[in-house]
Amino acid sequence: MFRLLAATLLALAAIPFAATGAAAQAQGDTIVVGAAVSLTGKFSTDGQHTKNGYELAVKRVNDAGGIKVGGKTYKLEIKLYDDESSNERVASLVERLIVQDNVKFILGPYSSPLTAAIIPVTEKFKIPMIQANAASRSLFTKGYRYAFAVLSTSDQYLSSAVDLLAEKGKETGKQPSSMKVAMAMGDDAFSLDVRAGILEAAKKNGMQVVIDDKVPDNFTDISATLARVKAVKPDIFLASGHATGAATATKQVADAKIDVPMFAMTHCDSAQIAEKFKGISEGILCASQWAPTLSYKDKWFGSAGDYNSLFKKTYGYEAPYQAAESSAAVLVFADAFARAGSFDTEKVRDAIAATDMETFYGHIKFDDTGKNIAKPMMLYQVQNGDYVVVAPTKFATAKLIYPRKTP
Amino acid sequence: MTNLLLLFDAPSLIVQVLLDGILVGSIFALAAYGMALVWGVMNIINITQGEFVVLGGYVAFTAASWGLNPFLCIPVAAAALLVVGWAIYRGVIYRIVDKDLFISVLATYGLGILIAQLINLVWGADVRSLDSGLGTWFFLDGMVTVAQTRVAAFVLALVIGGALLLFLRLTRLGRAIRATAQNARAARALGIDTDRVYAATYAINAAICGAAGALIVMIFVLQPFVGLIYTVRSFMIVIVAGLGNLGAVIGAALGVGAAENFVGFIFGTQFQAAFVFSFLVVVLVVRNLRLQRRRMYLK
Repeated sequence: MFRLLAATLLALAAIPFAATGAAAQAQGDTIVVGAAVSLTGKFSTDGQHTKNGYELAVKRVNDAGGIKVGGKTYKLEIKLYDDESSNERVASLVERLIVQDNVKFILGPYSSPLTAAIIPVTEKFKIPMIQANAASRSLFTKGYRYAFAVLSTSDQYLSSAVDLLAEKGKETGKQPSSMKVAMAMGDDAFSLDVRAGILEAAKKNGMQVVIDDKVPDNFTDISATLARVKAVKPDIFLASGHATGAATATKQVADAKIDVPMFAMTHCDSAQIAEKFKGISEGILCASQWAPTLSYKDKWFGSAGDYNSLFKKTYGYEAPYQAAESSAAVLVFADAFARAGSFDTEKVRDAIAATDMETFYGHIKFDDTGKNIAKPMMLYQVQNGDYVVVAPTKFATAKLIYPRKTP
Repeated sequence: MTNLLLLFDAPSLIVQVLLDGILVGSIFALAAYGMALVWGVMNIINITQGEFVVLGGYVAFTAASWGLNPFLCIPVAAAALLVVGWAIYRGVIYRIVDKDLFISVLATYGLGILIAQLINLVWGADVRSLDSGLGTWFFLDGMVTVAQTRVAAFVLALVIGGALLLFLRLTRLGRAIRATAQNARAARALGIDTDRVYAATYAINAAICGAAGALIVMIFVLQPFVGLIYTVRSFMIVIVAGLGNLGAVIGAALGVGAAENFVGFIFGTQFQAAFVFSFLVVVLVVRNLRLQRRRMYLK
C-alpha cells in the first residue's frame, strides 16, 4: 500500500517537470532566465523584494519592445522557484532549473550564504549568473568565471561612515588619529565583511578601534557592549546584523541613552527604523546600495526616481534597494544579450564581462572577479523621520547632522 | 584586560552590568519555570518553549496594533497561548506523554519548526518590536541607565512567578499538578484525572511563555525564527537550577543573566554564549561527581 502511494506521489510530482521541461527552453521568441528566491523562511521579506525587482524589470524590458538579438526580437521570461531560505534547497533548485528546465541564464537568490551555495552549480554547468543580493567579499576571491554581481561588496558598507567621520573630524578640528571606533557586528559572513571594511578604514585614518564585539544569537542583546560604549565614549558606534541587528541596536542604544557623535548601521531600511522607531532613530546613519533620489538614469526605467514611482505604483510600497539592484541585474542580462547577438552561454558570459553601462541603479562595470567596481555605497541619515542621502557628498540631498543629537 | 580595569575605574559600571543582567534574567526565568513545570510533571522536555515565547510576542504586538495598551497585551498574549497550549496538548502532546523522552524532544522540536513557519506566514519575516511608551531612569551622573520597561518587566515577572507559586500551593488543580509530578500512578489511583492535569500543565506553561513573549517584544525585538534562543536559555537555566523549586529557577536565571553580562563586558559579547555553555558543562560534571560520591549514580 505504502509503495503504491509513494509511486503515485512520485508520478504526480514528475508531471509539472515533464510539462515545463520543453516549454522553458530558450527558443521560440522568449528567453528564459531562471532564479530561486526566498519567498518563505527567514529571508522571505527581502526575497519578496528581490522577486518584485526581477519581475518589474522583466515586465519593463518586454513593454519597451523586448531585446533585439541577432536581428530578431525576443521577450524575456523569468522562471522562479521558492528556495525556502535554505542553502541546500537553493542549490538543488538551481540545478533543477539548469538540468530539467533547461534554463541557460540564472539570476541570483537573496543573501550571500544562498548565493555561495549556488555558484558551484552554475560554475559546474558553465551558466552565466548575475546576482544582486550577495555582497560578501569571499564570493569574489575564488576565481569564479561565470558569476557577476551588480552591487557594492559588503566591506564597503560602513567603511564610508568611518571615512565620513574622519572628514567631519578634520572640519571640526579633531584629528582622526585621536578618534575612537566602537562596533558590534553580527557573527555572520556579511557582517564580518562589513567589520573587515571598518577595520581597514579605521587603520587608513589612523583611528583606534576600542570595541570590536561580535554578536551571536541573531543579534538580540548588546547591553554588555553598550555598557562599555558608555565607559569609553567612542566617536562612532557601528552595528551590523541584518534587520534584527538594526532594530536591536536602535532600540537598545536609545534605552541605554548612549550618546555618540556618529551612529551608523546596515539594513535600516529592511528594519524600517525610521518608520517603526520614530524619534529614537533620529540621526542614525544607514548604509545603502541605492537611493531613489540619486541622479542615475537609463533607457528602460528613466531616473532612479521614475523607477521608484513605477515600483510604488506596481507593488504599493517604496522601492527598497534590494528590489532596485535586482532590477539592475535583469537589465545587465538584457544589455548583454543584445551585445552578444546570440544565446551561446560563452558569448553571453563575455558580453556580461564587458558590461559598461549606466542604469537607474548606478554605473555597472565588472572587474576580473565579477564584482561591480563602478558604483559607490551611499549613506542615509534619518532626519525628521525620513531617510535623506548625506554621503557621498556628490549625491547628497541634505547636510549631515554631526554630532548626532541623542533623542 | 583593559575592560576589567574599566570596571575598577568606574565602579558604577558594575551596577549597570549587574542590573542589565538581572532585569533580563527575570524574563528568562519565566520561560524556564514553565519548562521546569512541564518537564517535572509530564517528563517532557518542551523544545517548543521558544516558539511559544515568540508567538506570545506576536500576539501582544497585534493586540497593541489594535490600540491596546502594551501592558494590557500581556494578559491577552497569556490567554491566547493558554488556548494554543491546550489545543497542542489535545492534538499532539497527549499521544507522546507516556513515551520515551527522546520522542517528546523530537515531537516538540518539530512543533517548534511548524509554529515558527506559521508565524512567518501570518506575520511575515519582518522584525517586530513594541514601544511601551516608558522612558529611562538615570543614576550616578548618567553612568547607570535603566529602561523603565525592563524594571516593569522584572516586577511583572516576579508577580507572575508568585501567582504561579500560590496557584500550585493553594488551588485544587495546583495540588493535583504537584501530586501528579510526585507520582502519576499513585495520583491516578487516588482519583486524579492525570490527563486533565497534563493538559492544564501544558496550557499553563504556554500561557507563561506567552506573557514572557509579550514582555520580550517590548524589551527586545522579535522575528519568527529567534525561538530557539529562548528554548536553549530555558533549558540551560532548568539544568542549573534543577526541577525542584521556583526559587532555584529564578535564582539561576538571574545569576546566569548577570554572570553572562559580566563575561560579555569583560571579554566581549562573542564570549557570552561560550560562557553559558561552558558553565552548563561544568554544572553537569560537578553534579555527576557529587552523585557518584554519594553512590546515587547508576552506571
